[in-house]
Amino acid sequence: MSPHLVFDIAHLLAGAMVLISLMMLYQDRLTALIKVFALQAVALAASVAWQAYAHDAPHLYVTAAIALIFKAIALPLALQRMVTRLGLHRQVETAVATGPTMLAGLGLVGLSLVIMLPVTATSDPLAREDLAFALSVVLLGLLMMVTRRNAVSQIIGFMSMENGLILAATGARGMPLVVEISVAFSVLIAFIVIGVVLFHIRERFDTVDVDALDRFRGGRS
Amino acid sequence: MGGPLIAPLPGTLVSILALFALAALAVPLARTPLGRPLVYGASALISATAFVFGVQGMLGTPATLVLPLGVPWMGAHFSLDPLAGFFLCVINLGGAAASLYGIGYGRHEHAPQRVLPFFPAFLGAMSLVLVAADAYSFLFGWELMSLASWALVVAHDKSADNLKAGFVYIAMASFGTLALMLAFALLAGGGDLTFATLAHAPHGPLVGALVLALALLGAGSKAGLVPLHVWLPLAHPAAPSHVSALMSGVMTKVAVYGFIRIVFDLAGPPAWWWGIPVLAIGGISAVAGVLQALLQSDMKRVLAFSTIENIGIIFIGLGLALAFRGNGLMAAGALALTAGLFHVLNHALFKNLLFFGAGAVLNATGARDLEKLGGLIHRMPTTAVVMLVGAAAISALPPLNGFVSEWLTFQAILLSPALSPWGLKLLVPLVGALLALAAALAAACFVRLYGIAFLGRPRSEEAAQAVEVDRWSRGAMVGLATLCVLAGILPGPVLDALQNAVGPLMGARLPVQTDVAWLSIIPVGESRSSYNGLLVFVFMVLSAGLMALVIHRFASRALRRAPAWDCGFPNADPITQYSASSFGQPLRRVFARTLFSAREEVTMPPPGDSAPARIRLTERDPAWALLFTPLARAVEALAERSNILPYLTIRQYLGIVFATLVALLLVLAIWR
Repeated sequence: MSPHLVFDIAHLLAGAMVLISLMMLYQDRLTALIKVFALQAVALAASVAWQAYAHDAPHLYVTAAIALIFKAIALPLALQRMVTRLGLHRQVETAVATGPTMLAGLGLVGLSLVIMLPVTATSDPLAREDLAFALSVVLLGLLMMVTRRNAVSQIIGFMSMENGLILAATGARGMPLVVEISVAFSVLIAFIVIGVVLFHIRERFDTVDVDALDRFRGGRS
Repeated sequence: MGGPLIAPLPGTLVSILALFALAALAVPLARTPLGRPLVYGASALISATAFVFGVQGMLGTPATLVLPLGVPWMGAHFSLDPLAGFFLCVINLGGAAASLYGIGYGRHEHAPQRVLPFFPAFLGAMSLVLVAADAYSFLFGWELMSLASWALVVAHDKSADNLKAGFVYIAMASFGTLALMLAFALLAGGGDLTFATLAHAPHGPLVGALVLALALLGAGSKAGLVPLHVWLPLAHPAAPSHVSALMSGVMTKVAVYGFIRIVFDLAGPPAWWWGIPVLAIGGISAVAGVLQALLQSDMKRVLAFSTIENIGIIFIGLGLALAFRGNGLMAAGALALTAGLFHVLNHALFKNLLFFGAGAVLNATGARDLEKLGGLIHRMPTTAVVMLVGAAAISALPPLNGFVSEWLTFQAILLSPALSPWGLKLLVPLVGALLALAAALAAACFVRLYGIAFLGRPRSEEAAQAVEVDRWSRGAMVGLATLCVLAGILPGPVLDALQNAVGPLMGARLPVQTDVAWLSIIPVGESRSSYNGLLVFVFMVLSAGLMALVIHRFASRALRRAPAWDCGFPNADPITQYSASSFGQPLRRVFARTLFSAREEVTMPPPGDSAPARIRLTERDPAWALLFTPLARAVEALAERSNILPYLTIRQYLGIVFATLVALLLVLAIWR
């Protein structure tokens, strides 16, 4: 296969992740948001698998499998159950309007490209593009955590950030499998802990809107 | 016979390590019934061992050791010279006595797991400060000592007073450590921080003056010098009694050690005026401490304030030593330093003893308030006798040890005409007058304490039902009382041993005292003064015995019991006795009215009303009003204004993180 094709497919998959991150920004229903998140995980798995093939690094297939099983299937299912049990699946949430958020997101993508491309001028083009996209995904995830009020969408923002980190790590010739697995596990644990906390919050305050917590704490928002 | 089996410095380090290990072990042990005797017993043994090492260190040659611990590129330096050895003796003597006392006293502790682990850690940390030979180890031990004692102060955290005491204490302790840290940094001036280098690092007169000021602030705040003493009367009584004894009798000595180490050893030769601030602060502390002790009715608070007085006396000795040495009078300086160090030992002995006694009274009656005690001499004979010894010793009565050290301090003061600067010539006699006043007031204070608590009739049901304390506690108290008497009647050997520590610091020694006939001590010269504790002791025993004999032999044997003259008030209650506040009233009116704004308010019921008249006494420490309250207000206002971070919402926090990240990335993007 020609190197151009390898590059183009990697570019396509990583670009798809950024696109999906932008898609997440304007989902105002949680069910839809979870589905988009699952889609991003699928894109991540595909991208990692493609890197494994392109770099001939078989251990990355494991990473891809972990991403597929945990992030694209297990976590979304669990989140979906959680949302149903919390009774949030019909809710529409808006914190910051979609338009400005999208504009900010586009700005972030531009910023990460502006930063990453000159910094990594010497490394191979595949890694360059991947790193730039990965930084965009991280920043978009963070943006999502900042703009959302619902704790569940903040979790999703957090995990989408982590997707970006994995993309960056695999782009840079992969990270050790042990690190990979432990990161996956820590995210899983974080998910469980946050889930438990969420239910407790819900029990205590009858909502998972984090602003309610601030009001209860007497914050000067 | 070769040398000692274990060299004293490694031995001390092993003891310290053993104490820390014991502290860790005490966590699980505290929950078992055997934990208390085991932990206190073990710490008593370890302290006794370390005491022996201290004696060896005091009499032997200095030793040093570098261990690959602590800061990576320099390791941890330790050394044991005679000065550290002397303080090691004092601290571990106090520690062993307190551990022994704790075996019995700890039985009444309702939350042993909050006391047991910190007690050995506290002891170990204090010894660690003494053997440290670089600034890092020193400050590490110092801070550990502060934290462990803080944990002990707030051990009984149910009472708001204790929590407040802990807060004030930890704030002052942190401030003190900061001051010491700055002092070390100034001394080092960029070089490395071992004491060996610091002692020879060149520095100008300004740096020396700053170091003196910082050492006074840092060590003085720990020792309880006025006006940095405010935490002491709060924190010392709040801890369990054997810990109060350690904090008051022993931990303040570590602070004195820190001061001596920095100012006498590391800061180089003193300027002529260095003695002036030390003398002034010492004199003020002595008088202010004992005056406030006279105003208190809480037994442990009386003792805590009296600690301030004694620290003042010690610092008078140190100030004299600085003044003499700064003006080239080495022999006189050696006398003053010896007096100060001897008072360190003496105060550790009798203050521990008195705190143990106060703890015994507290256990027996549940009361620390003097107004609820009385007549305990009948119910607690052993405690009463040892407390009498302690009270006489702290009041500087011959033939006890307190007299010897204060007498030596006065001898040093009498040498002051030899000083050439007029400032010192005038100041030293003034300080002498303050010292005399403090000694007299201390006697009044302890007559009051002892008379109200142990003599007369019980002022409460609990005092009437008091029972003598357990054997271990009595053993510790009797042991300390014996040492008080011994150090008083045989001061010669102690003075000689002290010369090892004094010699290198002052470049002069006192004449050897054990050569003097009849166990007298002659600090300066036969023509000037000499003192023989044994002679005084024998004279007192003989004359008192003779008097008793005469009375019993020649007085009338006819015994007649009759009602006491009741001044026209039949059925006198115990409450009509002299109370602690009535005893203190004359002195309060004379001295404390302006100094501590002491006020008395009497509310009389209207005629015909049968309600009791009430008297309310108030006093105010000027240090709080003039220094600490405004300071605390300023800090609070500043913090309130500058600190908005704790009040943001979760999203605002995330937003700050996000904005920072984006801003940094932008900087990066633009910069390139």
